[in-house]
Amino acid sequence: MRNWFRSGTPWIWLNAGALALSLVMVVGLLSLIAVRGFSHFWPADIVQLTVVEDGQQSVAMGELVRSQTLASSVITDSGVVLESDDPLITRHLLKVGNRDVYGRDFRWFLEPNVVKREYPANAIGLERREWGNFYGIPVRLLEGDTEIASGDAVLAELPARIKRVNQLYADIRSIERGEIGDINHRLQRIRLNERRLELNENTTDAEMQRFQQQAEIERETLEQEFLVLRGELDQLYASAKRDQLVMKTADGQEVTINMGDVVHAWAPNAMNVFQKLGHYFPELWNFLTGEPREANTEGGIFPAIFGTVTMVLLMSIIVTPFGVLAAIYLREYAKQGPLLKIIRVSVYNLAGVPSIVFGVFGLGFFVYTMGGSIDQIFYPESLPAPTFGSPGLFWASLTLALLTLPVVIVSTEEGLARIPSTIRQGSLALGATKSETLWKVVVPLAAPAMMTGLILAIARAAGEVAPLMLVGVVKLAPSLPIDGNFPFIHLDRQIMHLGFHIYDVGFQSPNVEAARPLVYATALTLVGLIIILNMTAISIRNRLREKYRSDSD
Amino acid sequence: MQSNTEFKRTPSAENRTMNHDDAMKTEPELNMADEKIKLTVDDLNLYYGDTKALNGIQLAIPEKRVTAFIGPSGCGKSTLLRCFNRMNDLVDSCRIQGQIKMDGQNIYDPSVDVAELRRQIGMVFQKPNPFPKTIYENVAYGLRLQGVNDKRVLDEVVETSLKGAALWNEVKDRLHDNAFGLSGGQQQRLVIARAIAIEPEVLLLDEPASALDPISTLKIEELIYELKSKYTIVIVTHNMQQAARVSDYTAFMYMGDLIEHDVTNKMFTNPSQKQTEDYITGRFG
Repeated sequence: MRNWFRSGTPWIWLNAGALALSLVMVVGLLSLIAVRGFSHFWPADIVQLTVVEDGQQSVAMGELVRSQTLASSVITDSGVVLESDDPLITRHLLKVGNRDVYGRDFRWFLEPNVVKREYPANAIGLERREWGNFYGIPVRLLEGDTEIASGDAVLAELPARIKRVNQLYADIRSIERGEIGDINHRLQRIRLNERRLELNENTTDAEMQRFQQQAEIERETLEQEFLVLRGELDQLYASAKRDQLVMKTADGQEVTINMGDVVHAWAPNAMNVFQKLGHYFPELWNFLTGEPREANTEGGIFPAIFGTVTMVLLMSIIVTPFGVLAAIYLREYAKQGPLLKIIRVSVYNLAGVPSIVFGVFGLGFFVYTMGGSIDQIFYPESLPAPTFGSPGLFWASLTLALLTLPVVIVSTEEGLARIPSTIRQGSLALGATKSETLWKVVVPLAAPAMMTGLILAIARAAGEVAPLMLVGVVKLAPSLPIDGNFPFIHLDRQIMHLGFHIYDVGFQSPNVEAARPLVYATALTLVGLIIILNMTAISIRNRLREKYRSDSD
Repeated sequence: MQSNTEFKRTPSAENRTMNHDDAMKTEPELNMADEKIKLTVDDLNLYYGDTKALNGIQLAIPEKRVTAFIGPSGCGKSTLLRCFNRMNDLVDSCRIQGQIKMDGQNIYDPSVDVAELRRQIGMVFQKPNPFPKTIYENVAYGLRLQGVNDKRVLDEVVETSLKGAALWNEVKDRLHDNAFGLSGGQQQRLVIARAIAIEPEVLLLDEPASALDPISTLKIEELIYELKSKYTIVIVTHNMQQAARVSDYTAFMYMGDLIEHDVTNKMFTNPSQKQTEDYITGRFG
């Protein structure tokens, strides 16, 4: 035994054990997120349960979400009378949908109460623009007042009609966002120009009058254009609402659903694995590229992905030059001494300041003080509505840049310190000045270390949520920070962010059960996004390393 | 000590890459009195903080000759060498008294532009230190610093410098490859090419072959032999055979003092100081 200790074997076991534990935790976390996230898009079978509760028989239809086995006392404590003496009771959570009919779309059923379990082949699920999913059996399809199909024939008619509706909605969206958005933008510009003239003391009354006359004409034309578009939109909306689908719920009610509300329909009980796969990938794609609906509990997360990426890129653009320049001064020019030591320790400790503190600072200093001043100086015409004086993309990026600055400074400094002094001397001995030596020889050699700093900064920034809530990230942003209107990148706009989206959907949502799978899927997307950003930075670093490979490494 | 005739040989013909028939001829007897002096060190004292590292050095370096500094580690020979191109300026705690004159001009005069001085006095270090650039850009570096960007001029200088450093034949097909791909000996010759590309008057070599294998060392020594027809060369070396092989004059230093400075032949056969003889014969150091 003593020899075993002296041989050092216990240490090896200890080390290997620590590594194994870390691996188990990381793999466990990732696979949990991945399994739950990916499985959300798989079309689950629609089950029809016949249940006897308090002597009454009822039928429910929906997707089985999960099952739980509990001690029966837990259930009796909640006031339910159990007939069996079984100490353990299994219960099932069914997503019954049809919120507009039942008022709630998730219900628990106790296993002992379930009398019959069926999988009707003609049961279909409908994803709707409002009220969540609908589960039922199609009865008939109407176009206007004419019946097109009834019974099982309805299913064959659905895909083409849903495609048509989705196309119409895409057109509607493009008009609302594109042309009407453009008109609004132009009206806004006219208003701001007018206000600017008003604020300018040198404007004569004649000038003002001339401008107002012209503005009036322009407004008139825009108004006309808007009316035309409005008419087009009304037509499109009416056209989208043309078809009616009559469905029968599990308990026999007939419900009429306007086809204009249906995004997607599927009949999982009649689908084989390949058909389900064919359903799976478009759903996944819609999630990644779509816009959120229903208070973020339905639809996609594209604005959040876009916002996160834009913010992280902007943060990188801000933090890299700042951090690198600061590190160069600290390492190369500043006089080494106690003061420098204090500064260095302060910078290193900045990395440990809780991120919410940066958020508060960002809100107080960047948004209100700096943003407020920018508005006073550059955008007086839109006051009192703030332009940069309210949280937005630029302030979010700037706050994150401040947050990650120490990381970049520390790694750049370490990179500079690692450059062998012989290389610097070689350059100086050829008659180069100190700054020539720095920029032509030392900084390129330290570039991989700077990239390492940037990689760490990106990893930290992309996952940060707390400070962003204060300085520019919102639950639902009306438009993306980049679009076709001048100046194309709107730094003052609020953005959506994946991390905040997880928080919002998971904990602020009115419909927790419906949102739960989206939390996993969003978390998976965020992890994937960080991996992609990091991989990009790492491959750039490796390329730099290869380029500046030296014996001293 | 073995007879110096064995060491002081001209490079063997098969190792030579350049034509230097003149050097093959037996050299005339050297005499300090006949030499034109390039660098004069006048009562030079150097301190690192409170420690005195050089002690009243008086020395004259003859033009277009090779002068070797020998001595045990820590004797101040590298420090003295670095005084010639003011590399010691980089050390904060370093303080210098006295003068070094190049062609009669004190290089420590406040009016001297250090960068300009270093262009005239090139330096090669112990460890090869090519820049993280291509072979071509390494050689062109000094010229680009001076604002020369004409490709024709650069091409020409790169070629002559690499030829001058006996490296051209080995690298002419891969001028635009990274310099780190070269072997240690090739890197050192590249560094020499880089130094001579800006046509300095003096070349300082700080143990240029100590990190190299014997064959690379031999090539460097041949190169020094070639270069002395154009440049004044000062070399610091730990290797006394090397000093005997490549140098015309040798200075022996000990504990910050210059003990003896004379024609190499005489230093190695008949030193006038006891300390020099002890060191050369390996009785200490």
